[in-house]
Amino acid sequence: MHRIGVPVAAVLIFLLLWEWLVWFNGWPNYKMASPTDIGPAMWQYRWLFLEYGWDTLWRTVVGLALSVIVGTLLGMVMGFSKLMRDALYPLLVGFNAVPKATVVPVIALIFVGMHDTNTILIAFMISFFPIAVSISIGLSTLEPEYRDILRALGASRFTIFRKIALPKTLPEFFGALKVSVTLAFIGTNLMEIVEPHGKGLGHLFDSGKINADYPLMFAVLIALAALGILLFYVVVMLERIFAGWSERGT
Amino acid sequence: MNEQVTLPADTISGPRIELRAVTHTYQTESGPLPVLDDLSFACADRSFTAVVGPSGCGKSTLTRLVAGLLKPDEGQVFLHGEEVSGPRATVGMAFQNPVLLEWRTIIENVVLPLEIVPNNLSKSDRTARAHELLSLVGLAGFENKRPSELSGGMRQRASLCRAIVHRPEVLILDEPFGALDAFTREDLWQIMQALRKEENVTCILITHDLRESVFLAERVVVLSGRPAHVQFTLDVDLPENRTLEDLYSPGATEMLHELRHQIEIAQGRVDANV
Ligand SMILES: Nc1ncnc2c1ncn2[C@@H]1O[C@H](COP(=O)(O)OP(=O)(O)OP(=O)(O)O)[C@@H](O)[C@H]1O
Ligand SMILES: [Mg+2]
Repeated sequence: MHRIGVPVAAVLIFLLLWEWLVWFNGWPNYKMASPTDIGPAMWQYRWLFLEYGWDTLWRTVVGLALSVIVGTLLGMVMGFSKLMRDALYPLLVGFNAVPKATVVPVIALIFVGMHDTNTILIAFMISFFPIAVSISIGLSTLEPEYRDILRALGASRFTIFRKIALPKTLPEFFGALKVSVTLAFIGTNLMEIVEPHGKGLGHLFDSGKINADYPLMFAVLIALAALGILLFYVVVMLERIFAGWSERGT
Repeated sequence: MNEQVTLPADTISGPRIELRAVTHTYQTESGPLPVLDDLSFACADRSFTAVVGPSGCGKSTLTRLVAGLLKPDEGQVFLHGEEVSGPRATVGMAFQNPVLLEWRTIIENVVLPLEIVPNNLSKSDRTARAHELLSLVGLAGFENKRPSELSGGMRQRASLCRAIVHRPEVLILDEPFGALDAFTREDLWQIMQALRKEENVTCILITHDLRESVFLAERVVVLSGRPAHVQFTLDVDLPENRTLEDLYSPGATEMLHELRHQIEIAQGRVDANV
């Protein structure tokens, strides 16, 4: 009750403040839409929101899944081998520093017309870095004694990874995944907005812009925020299930 | 390179652990660091040997050699007459850091080695074995707690149970009581004594606590400063079932004095000839 009530109350207070701010300043719609304008806009386009929301959601999730796979593999390679860590770190940092907005047209050119692939790729590219780093740090900072208790019994490297390194890294992994979820969303929308191709919430945003339908644009932002929150809490739930042990009682 | 040297049959009943002229050097960034130099000693079957020596002299290195986690540059390590060429399931280890796995309950931590070493125990057999050990060390009722819910002393007890759950022939203890307060430590000594009575195991204990070495061990080996060799060996002349009271006997006091003196020599604070 408490855990649901408090966030809901916070959101309500936020909406009220927003409404009041718009009313108080007398802002017109094109400057800042108020929650009471956004509600009707959302309702009017509810089927589009569902359809495009689903586009955005599944592409984000697939991009994120790619991030998890590739990020984990990279993290493992860097976590277990100092040589690979020294070799790959600068490359990864450099890659991560490149603004993804500049990559969007490049990707769009390489995979002309393959909109799903493009969008997923950007979502992936923007979100795998935190996962790779957290896994590699988690693995490379594993105290040697943890390894030794199993190694002394003749356990294989794989067994040690499965029984010790992997579970021990899970809390860091989920911490990174929470960051990556949000990043993947940004990636998906970046592609949908910069290279419009008639799909996703980004497209809806774009058409709102073209038609000067400001409440619609704000409604898209709200829908994106809601999806972001949804995915974030899915990760939190997974974390509870798989790494609940790392939560200290308060 | 990896051929096993097997001793003649008559030595099999001899020492359980034997180090012969072991020399080891670490290659560090600032050059080679000789740690062990021509180190030899043996531990009889089912005996309890304590190893003391100055800080950083190579004691943990010694345990890693015996456990097969490290190969000596020169010399050999034998377990029951067979040269150690790598890790083996007949060894159990416990460290100063109990390294319990936070995501497992206490009993799941204790059964861990049984998931690794080959055995034909069923799941319930494993649990029963772990339960038996946990009761022996006074942790009955804590089986399903998480390590974070236990005190340092209790965690170390669980760690001891994990070290012997698979009935190893050799138990290697690297300062397992080092981080505990004095009273908890004495509790753990008695628990160690009880475990030894139940379990058929040869123990080698690294410690910084001379009273601990005299209370638990039948033989105390003093290592020299780095690179370490055996500087002094003391056979502890106390009854087999010692009590803490025995540590205050004149005999014990004399042994502690002697060990103290040897440590000071090893640290280079006094001259051996004085
Ligand atoms: N893997 C390693 N690589 C390089 N040097 C090492 C390594 N392990 C230990 N050393 C060095 O070798 C020396 C002996 O280490 P070791 O851990 O065996 O000593 P110790 O007697 O157990 O010390 P302590 O009493 O502090 O536990 C130390 O100077 C240590 O810094
Ligand atoms: Mg040590």
